[in-house]
Amino acid sequence: MALITAEKLDLGYEGQVIVEGLDFSVQAGDYLCIVGENGSGKSTLMKTLLHLTPPMGGRVVLGDGLKANEIAYLPQQTIVQKDFPASVREIVLSGCQSRCGLRPFYNAEEKKLAAENMERMGITALANRCYRELSGGQQQRVLLARALCAAQKLLLLDEPVSGLDPRVTQEMYELIGQLNEEGVTIIMISHDIAAAVQYASHVLHIGKHIFFGTRADYLKSDAGKYFVSEGSSNG
Amino acid sequence: MAKIIEFLQHPFVLKAVIVGVLIALCSSLLGVTLVLKRFSFIGDGLSHVAFGAMAIASVLKVGNNMMVVLPVTVLSAVLLLRTGQNTKIKGDAAIAMISVGALAFGYLIMNIFSTSSNLSGDVCSTLFGSTSILTLRNWEVWLCVGLSVAVVLIFVLFYNKLFAVTFDENFARAVGTRVNSYNLLIAVVIAVIIVLAMNLVGSLLISALVIFPALSAMRVFGSFRAVTVCSAVLSVCSAFAGMMVSILAGTPVGSTIVAVDVLVFFACCLVGVLKRGRA
Repeated sequence: MALITAEKLDLGYEGQVIVEGLDFSVQAGDYLCIVGENGSGKSTLMKTLLHLTPPMGGRVVLGDGLKANEIAYLPQQTIVQKDFPASVREIVLSGCQSRCGLRPFYNAEEKKLAAENMERMGITALANRCYRELSGGQQQRVLLARALCAAQKLLLLDEPVSGLDPRVTQEMYELIGQLNEEGVTIIMISHDIAAAVQYASHVLHIGKHIFFGTRADYLKSDAGKYFVSEGSSNG
Repeated sequence: MAKIIEFLQHPFVLKAVIVGVLIALCSSLLGVTLVLKRFSFIGDGLSHVAFGAMAIASVLKVGNNMMVVLPVTVLSAVLLLRTGQNTKIKGDAAIAMISVGALAFGYLIMNIFSTSSNLSGDVCSTLFGSTSILTLRNWEVWLCVGLSVAVVLIFVLFYNKLFAVTFDENFARAVGTRVNSYNLLIAVVIAVIIVLAMNLVGSLLISALVIFPALSAMRVFGSFRAVTVCSAVLSVCSAFAGMMVSILAGTPVGSTIVAVDVLVFFACCLVGVLKRGRA
């Protein structure tokens, strides 16, 4: 049974369909990269997978006992966060919010979980630092640690490297790759097609031509060939 | 100093100080969240709505103004935070519309229907606060104490949720936190605080009470908890100092408190610069 299966999914907003009849599935341990041009519906797909927006048609089926709120999520940074006075520990701990339910405070177990995930992301030394004073790469590590506090099975990343310099981008990809090796299933949205085909096990290309399959098949497909040559000539 | 202690022995001064300090405390707690959510102006908008409601209440000769003002303000708060999200009229424009609209209608109604001989005096005291804080009745003090306790209790119990919702609404929503309910809670609480604060500083200056302590604290501290605690402390101290100055120097209460808040803000900016310079 797949972790997530999309069946004949239609995506769009404000009554306009952008993507029609999307079929794909993600197995435990996969590393799926979702690529496509701006406005092709990548972010809408992400929101649909997170059950934030209902699909316009078709459905998303969760399997393997995965619940809708057991998806770890690394959203794009918002303007609000750029100037937010919060310590790293406070932010990572807020990943445990769904474990609390209506209980007002975090318990010892959740604090331990937060500490473990800070250790895992190598940011324990930053625990008391203010989030807005950190570098872009460090901020992403903080948000990753927070996501891992929320759930461990499946991680959704929305443009995790946007705004990072090349060296930090490389580190970020390695970190994500490492998590995948540890058994975390990854679904990542990216502009960065070159990296996608380097790290991913599967590729979903949405836009005029929809492609879903393994990385090897993608490189052989027309969409892949075109996009890869385009991507490498640009950068 | 002796003069202050002497003043505090008068029950009406004591009542005013209790109410003033409590209002300052409550408004500063929610202030951090509002400033960070980019809702600084919601206090301003709501206070103008409260002014309009007050005008209607006094024209209708409702015995207790609170019965009209509180529900109207709460309702507007809910509407404003709803429209803030996904509508054609964006949050800031909606706030501006409602706030000036209510202000205009409030003054219009007062002007047409008022039977008072001192209309401009009435309007001025509603806008800039008045000596009404010195003529508080006992039940008003108790109401204020009760509502303040409720606000502080709600804030403490939902502190972690409010942080989560303020820092990252999308993430909170994705992990199943009921973001809309918490936004609603924030809206209702802020409306209650604003109606309370109208007595103290009047409806034009309320935003100052909400945003200045939070902004001051954010200059100096880098964690949410420190900022919250610091803004509460700053707000309470400024309110107390402002009231004392106004009693000693005979200045208007509301604007003196706000003036102290502004001074504290600049002091905090300086501290923030020095702190960063050293680090």
